[in-house]
Amino acid sequence: MSTPLQAGMESTVKPESGEVTPAMEAKADDLVSRYPVSKRSAVLPLLHLWQETFGYIGPRGVEWIAKKLSLQEIQVLELVTFYPWFRQRPYGKFHFRVCRTLPCALGGSGKTFATLQKLMNLKSDGHEGAMVSEDGRFSLEYSECLASCGTAPVILRNDEFHQAVDEKRATELVAGCK
Amino acid sequence: MAFTEHRLIFKHIDAPGYTRDITCYQKHGGYEMLKKGLTMGGPAIREEVKKSQLRGRGGAGFPTGTKWSFIDPTKVTKPIYLICNADESEPGTFKDRQIIYKDPHQLIEGMILSCFANGVKLAYLYIRCEFTEGWKILENAIEEAKAAGFLGKNILKSGYDLEIYVHRGAGAYICGEETGLIESLEGKRAYPRIKPPYFPAVLGLYMCPTIVNNVETLCNVKHIVEMGGDAYAKIGRPNNTGTRLLCVSGDVVKPGYYEFPCGAITLGQLIYNVCGGIPNGRRLKAVIPGGSSAKVLRAGEVYKIKEKDSQGNMVDRDVKLDDLRMDFDSLAGAGSMAGSGGVIVMDDSRDMAECLANISTFYAHESCGQCTPCREGVLWLKKILSRIADGQGRDNDPDLLKDVADRIAGRTICAFGEAAAWPVQSFLGKFKEEFQIRIRRNGAAAKRDTVSLTH
Amino acid sequence: MNPWNHDVAKDEKDLIDVQVDGVWMQMPRGLNVVEVAHRSKKFIPHYCYHPKLSVVGNCRMCLFEMGTPKMGPDRKPILGPDGKPEIAWMPRPQIGCATGITPGMGIRTDSALVKDCRNGVMEFLLINHPLDCTICDQAGECKLQEFSVEYGTGESRFVEQKVRKPKNVDLGERIVLDDERCILCSRCIRFSSEVVKDDVLGFVNRGSHSTLTAYPGKRFDNAYSLNTVDLCPVGALTSKDFRFQMRVWFLKETKGLCTSCGTGCNITLGSREGKVHRLTPRENESVNSQWMCDYGRLNFHYLDSKDRLHRPLLRAAGEQFPGTWGDAIQRSAEALKKVNPEELAVVASARLTNEELFVLSRFLRELGVTRVDMVPHQGQGDSFLRSGDANPNSRGAELLGLSSGGRKFGTWGAEIASGKIRGLLIFGGEDVVAAGIPASALQSLDVLLFSGILANGTSRLAHVVLPAAATAEKTGSMVNVHGRLQRMTRAVPAPGEAREDWTIIRDLREACTGGNSLHSVEDVWKAMGAEVTQFAGLSWAKIGDLGVQIENDLGAIHEKSVKA
Repeated sequence: MSTPLQAGMESTVKPESGEVTPAMEAKADDLVSRYPVSKRSAVLPLLHLWQETFGYIGPRGVEWIAKKLSLQEIQVLELVTFYPWFRQRPYGKFHFRVCRTLPCALGGSGKTFATLQKLMNLKSDGHEGAMVSEDGRFSLEYSECLASCGTAPVILRNDEFHQAVDEKRATELVAGCK
Repeated sequence: MAFTEHRLIFKHIDAPGYTRDITCYQKHGGYEMLKKGLTMGGPAIREEVKKSQLRGRGGAGFPTGTKWSFIDPTKVTKPIYLICNADESEPGTFKDRQIIYKDPHQLIEGMILSCFANGVKLAYLYIRCEFTEGWKILENAIEEAKAAGFLGKNILKSGYDLEIYVHRGAGAYICGEETGLIESLEGKRAYPRIKPPYFPAVLGLYMCPTIVNNVETLCNVKHIVEMGGDAYAKIGRPNNTGTRLLCVSGDVVKPGYYEFPCGAITLGQLIYNVCGGIPNGRRLKAVIPGGSSAKVLRAGEVYKIKEKDSQGNMVDRDVKLDDLRMDFDSLAGAGSMAGSGGVIVMDDSRDMAECLANISTFYAHESCGQCTPCREGVLWLKKILSRIADGQGRDNDPDLLKDVADRIAGRTICAFGEAAAWPVQSFLGKFKEEFQIRIRRNGAAAKRDTVSLTH
Repeated sequence: MNPWNHDVAKDEKDLIDVQVDGVWMQMPRGLNVVEVAHRSKKFIPHYCYHPKLSVVGNCRMCLFEMGTPKMGPDRKPILGPDGKPEIAWMPRPQIGCATGITPGMGIRTDSALVKDCRNGVMEFLLINHPLDCTICDQAGECKLQEFSVEYGTGESRFVEQKVRKPKNVDLGERIVLDDERCILCSRCIRFSSEVVKDDVLGFVNRGSHSTLTAYPGKRFDNAYSLNTVDLCPVGALTSKDFRFQMRVWFLKETKGLCTSCGTGCNITLGSREGKVHRLTPRENESVNSQWMCDYGRLNFHYLDSKDRLHRPLLRAAGEQFPGTWGDAIQRSAEALKKVNPEELAVVASARLTNEELFVLSRFLRELGVTRVDMVPHQGQGDSFLRSGDANPNSRGAELLGLSSGGRKFGTWGAEIASGKIRGLLIFGGEDVVAAGIPASALQSLDVLLFSGILANGTSRLAHVVLPAAATAEKTGSMVNVHGRLQRMTRAVPAPGEAREDWTIIRDLREACTGGNSLHSVEDVWKAMGAEVTQFAGLSWAKIGDLGVQIENDLGAIHEKSVKA
């Protein structure tokens, strides 16, 4: 979740660059068709689709989805800011999420996070959400329980799930980012 | 003495050579129960589930047969929906992940049977988005099942139609609450609904009768169809039937997932025999037996559990922590709960204030914010506990924490209030002197001594 | 009008027994506990609940202790010595807004548990709430303040950092939002969505950081936005117009009517020392429920416009000079005597009250003038409250025989030009130049008398200007476009030497024809009731605060809703 948006002001979120391709439209329509009772149910799938395509949800995403599902923009923005998976600014090419909940914390997730932060040379900039490196290569944030507590500490690198990520493994995972 | 698991649901999990495609599944008898169930008919399946005394495995332990009985497909005019709750997010729990990633068809078959039993034609599988591969695995499995005629129109020429779609969540624990899930599935903020009037059996998804079941629960349905409700009820003990998937994490030598009949194993046996005990020469200090929402148990405690004696009378028995049976009634009798089966073990090197602060941070982050006590109170709890963990506690903090927690539990729209309050009430209640010492010692020194678990 | 009406039971006659604080009573089945408490003269505090909006149960302030009848083995309630069911009390409190009563239910509104629940909710609401009372407009009518006194604790135990949110947000044309004050009851969101059908508001972020907002770039500007200021239990949503203007406890409250269009929404005028500071809707289920439109709500600043007429004006040597009432009336009477009745035209405005119009009709009858009409005004009608007729009393003018809907008026321009009309008497401040009669034509008249509240292009040409009172400054009745007779009471005095129209007409009449039979509102009503069938049998008192339906309404009000 990024800085809380203030009503009455122009959005401070940068519009996404890139175009919506016919293939993407087709995928979107297919997703909508899975909810024959109410189009609105397709908001989450469409948000995922948009974020996977453009990297984040900006005003264009909100407006495109709102239009497609006959909703008001606020009804889409409500969800972008409610669900932590969605972000309103681009994250790194390699986005790391480290679980911070109790079992992983007991397993040393704090050390894992600190190691990753150091390796990526990241500083907290007061933004809510992830820390993003200046060159846009890395980003890092905490996540809540990722449901693999037996192999703590666990992380997600983009869509890859990694278990037992101690400091050594964390170093390997960063080095492996090509 | 080794304790052998009773691998019913986990039969094929990690089995060498077992793959998650439908061919492998069918080679091991997969979808035979679907054929059996279709011939049995819906009411018969529901009857078996009732006889089995199966209790929900998502955390609440509500009898599934009873939940299903709230909807009578012959009397309902609106469409009936079924939603599989694959939003596994309870800290300490990682059992549904194994099923989804390694034996998805078991879930699909169980789900189809459950849908058929309840007259459901359209069902959704709500999976947490952090299972980044899991949803693709499930979609693939559904495609396979469809291609084989087990899903879609006129399943196995029975005349029964069913569509199942996978729906990805987006990172909110509150979507594990059944009405929060329904709201999320409808495309809104996951605000749980007030009950009354919005009981899912009456006003659920799209205001139609809806059944929400956990992954493990649905898998059990398949096995109930296979062996019959009575046989299933013989596993475990009365009112605590079948097997349970247990997940152990934290300070044990062999953390992991295990399956035992309900109550067949005690907490001590689980920790010391199955999981190899506490590493590094440490001793047990505390254990949360059913996911972080469950009340914590302290090493050395003795509980008065009501049990039936040989004459059938209800008597109080003294049960030590190590001898607590891992089933619903025993754990409830000890003042905690079986919950989602997530067992988190803490050894005597752990600072209880740090652990509780960590848990409270989780709940503060996950509160949906709809109702006053939870929205304001849970964050307040976190702030106080973080302050204590940081070495700036105040003398009245323990009493204040208890007061705040007492004013959240029972006063909220959904059980999240209790889930956030119980850890605070139980940790404070059982480790009171530790908190007091921590506060009295205050300052940076108190912080330096312990490993920080709060981020 | 409203999609919900929780204060009305499905069947008011279907009564069941419930016990409220130890007393058994009969209440309609299914009514929620907050309403039941209200009807039994108890009060269950609440924030998010509103009888006209959907129930969400999120504030938790209406928690009460609930009991159900103890059941015997025969599945029938066990009866106590008083013949009523014995009650088993539930340890877990329930919310009153979402609990419909069932036979034998027990309700406790002031037990120790209930007190603790309320105390808890109050404490929680205040821990992040900013200490803005000293600068917050809501002070004096703030539910947080009131319930804090009744149910809260004096001291705070919160020593952490409060959650910060945007303050002084320009949410819309007429509304300011302070997110820190917001208690997230969602009344505004529900109103916008359910009553006005405009989903422009929502909550962003999660948990304790949840924040009310509109989409950046979009404004909360619909025609009924200010109703959310009424609904907001705290000072989160406030009216820009009223911001920092006046403390509400200084306001004298007068029951009145909005006169900006023909709907006649019932209102309360808030005034102090002769100045109106705000208008708020007054509940009338037959007209406007609890709402009014923003336009009407803010349309009162003309009362102290610099164009207000304070003194009678007399024309001499091409200019207007202030004069006395005596002179003005005398000059008017003399001027009227010089013109034949057939050559006189009278604008009997549909802005005047029934009483004023009736005295006028008597006057005109005695004068022998038949050429009388009103000036139609087109309003911005919608399918909710706003009428396409911008005149507040068109129907009254019609009933009293002084209106042809503007048809006759439309011919007067030509008749003045041709010399058929040589004298024009204007009431209600109608600007006939703006309505189409050229200034040159008016200048050719022998007599042009103007009575109104604001100077305009017409008044500046008049031979005599008689300053009148605005509707906030007079007591009288009007009939709305749906055939409902309603009354208003004077809230503030007219400025300077301006007078209520009916006294002006009375004096003119006495000076012109000598007629002086009507001296009070009661006199007027006696006479009106005798002459106009729709007013027969009515009196000032009988109209009451909510009015009387005197004609069948062809367009039922209760199905009105805003177009999506």
